[in-house]
Amino acid sequence: MRQASGKNVVVARSKLTLGPLFFNWPTEKRLDFYSRIADEAEVDVVYLGEVVCSKREVFFEEHLPKVAERLRKSGKEVVLSTLALVTSEREMKAISDRVENGFLIEANDVACLQALNGKPHVIGPFINVFNESARNVFVSNKAKRIVLPVEVPETSISILANTKKVETEVLVFGRQPLSVAMRCYHARANGLNKDGCRIVCGRDPDGLETDTMDGQPILTVNGTQTLSYGYGVLLNELHALKEMGVSHFRLSPQDVDMAAVAKVYRETLDKKIEADEGMAKLKKLTGKVPYINGFYYGREGLSWVEQKKSKTNNKISTRRKK
Amino acid sequence: MTVSYLELVCPAGTPAALRAAIDAGADTVYCGYRNCTNARNYPGLNFDQDELIEGVEYAHARGRKVLVAINTFPRAGDEKPWHKAVDEAAEAKADAIILADIGVLDYATRHQPHLRRHLSVQASAANAMSVSFYRDRFGVKRVVLPRVLSIEDVAALIEKTGMETEVFAFGSVGPMSEGRCFLSSYMTGLSPTSEGVCAPASHVAYKEEGGCMKSCLGCVTLNQFEKDEPAPYPTPCKGRYITHGEARYLFEEPIGLNAIDLLPQLKAAGVTALKIEGRQRSRAYVAEVVGTFRKALDALAMGSSKSFANDLKNVAEGGRETFGAYKKGWR
Repeated sequence: MRQASGKNVVVARSKLTLGPLFFNWPTEKRLDFYSRIADEAEVDVVYLGEVVCSKREVFFEEHLPKVAERLRKSGKEVVLSTLALVTSEREMKAISDRVENGFLIEANDVACLQALNGKPHVIGPFINVFNESARNVFVSNKAKRIVLPVEVPETSISILANTKKVETEVLVFGRQPLSVAMRCYHARANGLNKDGCRIVCGRDPDGLETDTMDGQPILTVNGTQTLSYGYGVLLNELHALKEMGVSHFRLSPQDVDMAAVAKVYRETLDKKIEADEGMAKLKKLTGKVPYINGFYYGREGLSWVEQKKSKTNNKISTRRKK
Repeated sequence: MTVSYLELVCPAGTPAALRAAIDAGADTVYCGYRNCTNARNYPGLNFDQDELIEGVEYAHARGRKVLVAINTFPRAGDEKPWHKAVDEAAEAKADAIILADIGVLDYATRHQPHLRRHLSVQASAANAMSVSFYRDRFGVKRVVLPRVLSIEDVAALIEKTGMETEVFAFGSVGPMSEGRCFLSSYMTGLSPTSEGVCAPASHVAYKEEGGCMKSCLGCVTLNQFEKDEPAPYPTPCKGRYITHGEARYLFEEPIGLNAIDLLPQLKAAGVTALKIEGRQRSRAYVAEVVGTFRKALDALAMGSSKSFANDLKNVAEGGRETFGAYKKGWR
């Protein structure tokens, strides 16, 4: 089935993907989550594996093969994501081991590329790909798919996705990752440090709300990672992205009904429903958290650019909530 | 010129600062072009090609070196300014270029193969495997290490890779993995990675509200303080935020990094060069910091163990200092 075609690109049916879970959910909750994804979610690709903190890896590691198997049996491609910031000997060894175990790997730190040594892989959103030259280097290094960093605007996506040599993936739902660090802010917010963190990140399944001094929710802390407070939502932009040559659309797991979120995106992608209807459905699933899309329009990442009929009339709001 | 205890690499935000740093005893200075190709793209700073050529002549005449930072990430469809910067740095006879983007590294490797390549802190290479990738793929000779590593981590990385390393010795504490931090663009729409501006002054405002002062970046309040309290510059990672109903410097305090008392440990770890941060700082600041580090390095070379930490108290960010990530408890 052939659908979208950019200028020089012919893309097969758009793929919906489920990104790696950023948050530290308890094992039971994760197992339930991925069972439901396997059984019900209309996603084509599922990324598993810890991206944020290697201290969390032990909790889910033993279940990974079984979860992956179950997802594969239900027809989903499984990709193993890796840490966004690698610093220790142990983390380097873990990356090298993962590369050897037969999964397609998503590299999120350049360390992983050294370990992959030319094996086909996915470049994750924590490796900077902002221009064609960088993209071409990664392609020559056997990247089969590139997930663009959240900061990359529409004007750049249209250039970067316009190629047959590599698949392009864009994050279209979920809190946008804004930084990675060595220091654990979740621990700091609880008066602890990383080495004695007591895994306090496990208390906040959708991240820890972080407000400005005048009470505006602004960021979300998740261990060593900082994310936007709002959910990034590019539902209105799906068809434009498809036209540009984007082949994969990533939903980043939040503590909401992700199978239902996937359904909204699938139906919108397949033009079974209009984006307006999709937005209304999505709102019902995501509660009070506001939406943002500013990076896509080259604006403040925290802003929401309202879709108007004419592009030049896009209305920008930078939210201030008390 | 005698070989330093550790190579002292100093900021040159302007031609005047370049001369000040060299006169104060810098072994090497680093600078950038006056455009988006370098990560300190602020008004009134940086060099044009003629100024760079003159600066290189001034340094070389005194046996010192000049590095050119071309360390932002080009936007798609607009890579020419970066390529031009690489070619012009070669033409100006710079001793090395400091690069972050893989595309720019690729260009430099192919078009100016004889120009020495250093890896910028903006490339966020914080482990031996990443560093080896850049060494093997682009012939990178030196890596500027992110400010997230302990001295033990630094020593292990050097042992594994055999690479020259340059580490931050004085300036800001950068708690985030640099080159991959989108906090400032999240708040201002201007990108540190692509445009070279973090927390640009054009987007900073100080407001008085209800008897207290607020500092804002874009439309985001980053701090609130009493009128007589010192007002730290509103950078997203140095702001005060509320979690669990309590306000705190969640990421990092407004505090300066000062590793002047760690020089013997850094030397023992195998570090090649010390980086002084502050291309945006005044010529007087540069002269004072560089002069103090020069004295400390010369004293160490003579076998003295005198501490120079107190000499820099007045110029540290926020008037307070830390060893940052070099000491394990920090993280």
